[in-house]
Amino acid sequence: MQANEVMTNDTNMEFVAFSVAGLKHCLEIRKILEIRRWSPVTALPHAPAEVLGVMNLRGAVIPIYDLAARFGLGKTQPNERNVVIVCAVGGKSIGLLVEAVSEIISIESDAIQPTPDVQSAATKDCIFGVISIGEKMARVINLEFIIADHAVEVA
Amino acid sequence: MSQSNSIRDTFFEECQDLLEALDEGLNQIDEGERDSEVVNAVFRAVHSIKGGAGAFGLTELVAFAHTYETIFDEIRSDKLALEAPLIKTLFRGADHLVQLVEAARAETSYDESIHNAILEDLNEYLEDTGEEEEVEFEPMALDFSASIDVIEPLASVFSINFAPHEALYKNGHDPVFLIRALGELGNLNTRLDHADLPEIDKLDTTDAYLKWSISLETTNDESAVREVFEFVEGLCDLTIDQVQDTGEQIFQENTPSVVSEELSQTSNAANDQDTDLNSQAQKKEENISGIDPTPEQATGIKTKPPAPSLRVDPDRVDRLINTVGELIINQSMMAQRVSQLGQEQRRDIENDLEDYKLLARDIQEGVMAIRAQPVKPLFRRMARIAREAAHATEKLVRFDTSGENTEVDKTVIEGLVDPLTHMIRNAVDHGVETPEIRKAAGKDEIGVIQISASHRSGSVYIEINDDGAGLNRSKIFDIAAKKGLVSPTAELTESEIDNLLFLPGFSTASEVSNLSGRGVGMDVVKNAVISLGGRTSIASKTGHGTTFSIVLPLTLAVMDGMVITVADQTMVVPIASIVETIRAKPNELQNLDAEGRLLSIRGNFVPVIDVAKRLNIAVDCPEREQVYLLVETVAFGQTALAVDAIHDQRQVVVKSLEAAYGRVPGISAATILGDGKIAMILDPESIVQIAEATRSNEIRLAAKELEYASE
Repeated sequence: MQANEVMTNDTNMEFVAFSVAGLKHCLEIRKILEIRRWSPVTALPHAPAEVLGVMNLRGAVIPIYDLAARFGLGKTQPNERNVVIVCAVGGKSIGLLVEAVSEIISIESDAIQPTPDVQSAATKDCIFGVISIGEKMARVINLEFIIADHAVEVA
Repeated sequence: MSQSNSIRDTFFEECQDLLEALDEGLNQIDEGERDSEVVNAVFRAVHSIKGGAGAFGLTELVAFAHTYETIFDEIRSDKLALEAPLIKTLFRGADHLVQLVEAARAETSYDESIHNAILEDLNEYLEDTGEEEEVEFEPMALDFSASIDVIEPLASVFSINFAPHEALYKNGHDPVFLIRALGELGNLNTRLDHADLPEIDKLDTTDAYLKWSISLETTNDESAVREVFEFVEGLCDLTIDQVQDTGEQIFQENTPSVVSEELSQTSNAANDQDTDLNSQAQKKEENISGIDPTPEQATGIKTKPPAPSLRVDPDRVDRLINTVGELIINQSMMAQRVSQLGQEQRRDIENDLEDYKLLARDIQEGVMAIRAQPVKPLFRRMARIAREAAHATEKLVRFDTSGENTEVDKTVIEGLVDPLTHMIRNAVDHGVETPEIRKAAGKDEIGVIQISASHRSGSVYIEINDDGAGLNRSKIFDIAAKKGLVSPTAELTESEIDNLLFLPGFSTASEVSNLSGRGVGMDVVKNAVISLGGRTSIASKTGHGTTFSIVLPLTLAVMDGMVITVADQTMVVPIASIVETIRAKPNELQNLDAEGRLLSIRGNFVPVIDVAKRLNIAVDCPEREQVYLLVETVAFGQTALAVDAIHDQRQVVVKSLEAAYGRVPGISAATILGDGKIAMILDPESIVQIAEATRSNEIRLAAKELEYASE
């Protein structure tokens, strides 16, 4: 981890990078409330595949999403090495199941590049843009997209 | 000024109390209590509203309150007799006053035509007395309140001696405010007499030692000056004398004290001085901070002052309730841990744990009681709705209430406003017949609508009953059939037909009346009640009327639940909806078709719903032995829910799932169990509804096919 990086100025942003279905994604550190080890959740009836269930976070009920399933990258097989990233979006807390957290990236805010046009519309919705780290890149995920359209009514 | 908003809020909060007092008084008058005490109470309430409204420049409200108040002044002085038509007009006036206050608070407009009609009605009574000249009913001409004065009369000087009693401070008054209010009337010269002030070590901070001599130069008349002290009447020694010569030293004769000290001109200075000298008033204020001096208390005239109450930010109570919920969970977690210990270790700790449990429950009950409120204001509001509805439909309706002091959680009361409003309007519009029809049917011309509240076995029962014609079942059935809500060939029992009313998309009003029937059906009522965790039901007798019952939990935050297992998942079913639990013998189960099963209970067959299947939970072994929960649902009667195991009964803390995630069909909320895991709370009503929706779709499809076949 590069926690010893020095903040240079205000336009400096920090992102937590993690892997989802083997691909590097990241989320701004200020949106993250805490990172927890995976523990089994209570399933929700009639829930879409990416909603794994709900978890008790110190008395609060929070829904847990499987990011891989949400992005259409197949299901994450939850194991003890997986982590849940608890973050705040739209006044709620949600948990995101990811494979592993890798590092903290510190960049200038203008280093986020818009998502290249070649992607499909769904892909463009779920990520804000990309950050290049050397040869590789990390996708900045769009939290609002993750919780969108999930208050489904089946009946 | 940043404070002005909060002062405004306080005014409107007080208005609510005053309007309730007004309503209370009118009801007493209506019931035949007409002594001067009651009339005075009403007069004071309206007068206070007027006074406050004047301070905020709400001229319309002031004008209306003034006219209203004048009527009561006439009644007070026996110039007007309290007869039935006048009382009716007064009620309408009071209802309109509520609207005006509401409009002023929300800064919206009100219905001008109603306003003028009521004002006209009120003025008619004033003209009838003949003693007052018409010009005096110009809204502001009679107004003594200091705010607006058209003509500038000559200034006069009043000499005021003001000596507060101990009781004045106890009631939450502060001389500073009174002196400031005087200051608004004109030029003020204030002198503090603190001769009675003892040595500091002998000072009793709850006693009253201070007197004021005030010289006021004002263009207002004496009544305006007296008005300032209206609410401290009887709580102080007060003399107000008019002194002719302006500018004379008027203090000489009135200041016996040698130590008397000249204060600076403004009342602000009086405040400072006051603080410096002994901070008495301030201390008083601290002592009573949070205690709301209701107007009745303040006047000190009422024989039975209401108990002092606290105004607390609801958020604080909510936080407390949440924390107590955690405490209960924590307690059951510990109980679970302890039960896993060995016999030896357990014995000592179990007694303590039992105490802990009782204490936790006590705290919980106490905290819940903070939010509990009597349904009285809600019922009074409904009385108003009934009056308005009766007026609009030209029906004669008497509105009776009982169990007004039944206490219900505040959030439940708030959630009941809309459904009850709708039901009361329905009762007036569709339930009670017109006077002519009633007469023809041999009934009293005046229809009676009754609303009652009571506590029964941990639930709140609210019943709305009218003595109208009862439900027209054949009409209900026809409409439901026409709208495709039910198969035209279906044979339904009376209660099944009644329950068709609750189906979405159902409305019996053949033409849309401007009262009920605004496209809002009883299904909205039902849903509102369900979202409060309650149930609705109907009983109707042709020719004798209809009764709607609402059964509600005492609180929304905790409930008694039965812990069950469904396909390896632990879930909770509200005890309130469970009739009994059944372990069925194989011969008591009948297969209806591939999907449907029936369970025989003492000769009656009830449909069986497999909860796991209904909730789309994968099951490893479909042919397992199940147990059955017989549940009572509002819309579909009794149904047996098939589950895998029934464990125990316990109190659970309800956690909203909707806020965290969204609505889940078949689930009402979540809870946290003793082991820290989350369990879903089943909503039997919704589970049956999912089943019923599929079933009625099938019926509809079948009906469609028949139609095609016959074409």
